[in-house]
Amino acid sequence: MDAPLRLISTNPLDQLARTLEALLVVASSPLTVEELAEAAEDDAERVEAALGLVGERYREGRSGIVLEHVAGGWAFRASRDAAQACARLFEKPAQRNLSQASLETLAIVAYLGPCSRPDIARIRGVSADSAVANLVERGLIAEAGREEAGAIRYRTTPLFERVFGLESLSALPRLDDVGADADAIRDRLHAVAEQRSA
Amino acid sequence: MIVRELELDLDAFEGPFDLLLTLVLKEELELREVDVAGIVLAFLERLAEQDALDLDACGEFLVLVSALLELKARGLFPEEAAELLELEPEVAAEELARRLAEYRRMKDAARWLRERLEREGERFFRLGPAPLAPKPETPLAPQEPERLARVIRLLAKEPAQVSLAHMALRFPPVSQFLERFRAVLRRRSRFDFDQELGGLSRVEQAVAFLALLELRRNGEIAIEQAAPFAPIRISATDVEREDSWTLRSA
Repeated sequence: MDAPLRLISTNPLDQLARTLEALLVVASSPLTVEELAEAAEDDAERVEAALGLVGERYREGRSGIVLEHVAGGWAFRASRDAAQACARLFEKPAQRNLSQASLETLAIVAYLGPCSRPDIARIRGVSADSAVANLVERGLIAEAGREEAGAIRYRTTPLFERVFGLESLSALPRLDDVGADADAIRDRLHAVAEQRSA
Repeated sequence: MIVRELELDLDAFEGPFDLLLTLVLKEELELREVDVAGIVLAFLERLAEQDALDLDACGEFLVLVSALLELKARGLFPEEAAELLELEPEVAAEELARRLAEYRRMKDAARWLRERLEREGERFFRLGPAPLAPKPETPLAPQEPERLARVIRLLAKEPAQVSLAHMALRFPPVSQFLERFRAVLRRRSRFDFDQELGGLSRVEQAVAFLALLELRRNGEIAIEQAAPFAPIRISATDVEREDSWTLRSA
């Protein structure tokens, strides 16, 4: 059985761990090790070690608050045990009722971003305007400069990584090349092409 | 089966196929927003309900839907349509296959995201606006309070009174002209207003005229003017009396 929460310890990192807890409870978005180190006036290596302590204290099954590495930083979230209670009181506006069109657009921006609306339309075959506007409003994607031709480019936001529980975009799975289906399509298109050129 | 009456239930449109075509042709519906695959599915479902294959309907549908597809493709790839036409059929097929494969991958990615969202449905975390970045304080440059006081003193001083002398109208006293006219009439029995006062300013002339009216009120003079704007002639009343007497006696 887990030991009860112990805030007083002989561990020299304990004071730092308590400072990190304070910083993380105030933060509304994940904090990087560098940010934590700067605020705590300590070095990054010790901060990482102290984060280990905090993570041990705040983990699923032990605490209602859970420390997680997400969106390139560290943040507290509610434990899964408390999810139902949270759901009774809190909305999830960013991810509620995401349509298929929005998810496809989100996938394109996440994997190929930064990319523009014409890029997305080219892949999906339908205009991406409303899906992009919707995702921007939810805060899941944001503007990221412009193409040379002037079209605005979009990338996913840290909120996207938080909502989907990703440590970073590199945590997205590698998509296996589409197998037999694509080959079959290709063969059929080739057959048509041969007939036309014959 | 009447193709144009095909009922559609798409994201961008709900209603009969005929209305969709009309709206697209009138450019009241953005074809780019229309899921053509959804139309094909609706048609196929309807077709499956029929016992026999309705070739006429199939033909009509093919013509309509291919026209829609062409319009949509032109709308989506205004420049690339020309590029693809110029490609060799094999290359164009390869390009199409590449795009289809890319779309497939993105559909797979979207599916993964949906599953992930369902798995992560129990995530609750604090959300808020990005915290304000601490702004470095910009200290004021060293100040000299005495200099500020000097400037305020300058501002607080009562301004010099502005002279309005040049704006005032100076009226000479009416009495001056009363004396003058009496003196003239002692020398001469009558005189001409314009000749006597020709060299004076308008204001002085106006005051002189007031003096005339005053003399006339006292009965000291008579004023004559043959016509409007004609010379004004002034004569002493005694003279006038003498004249009238002379005339009567004559």
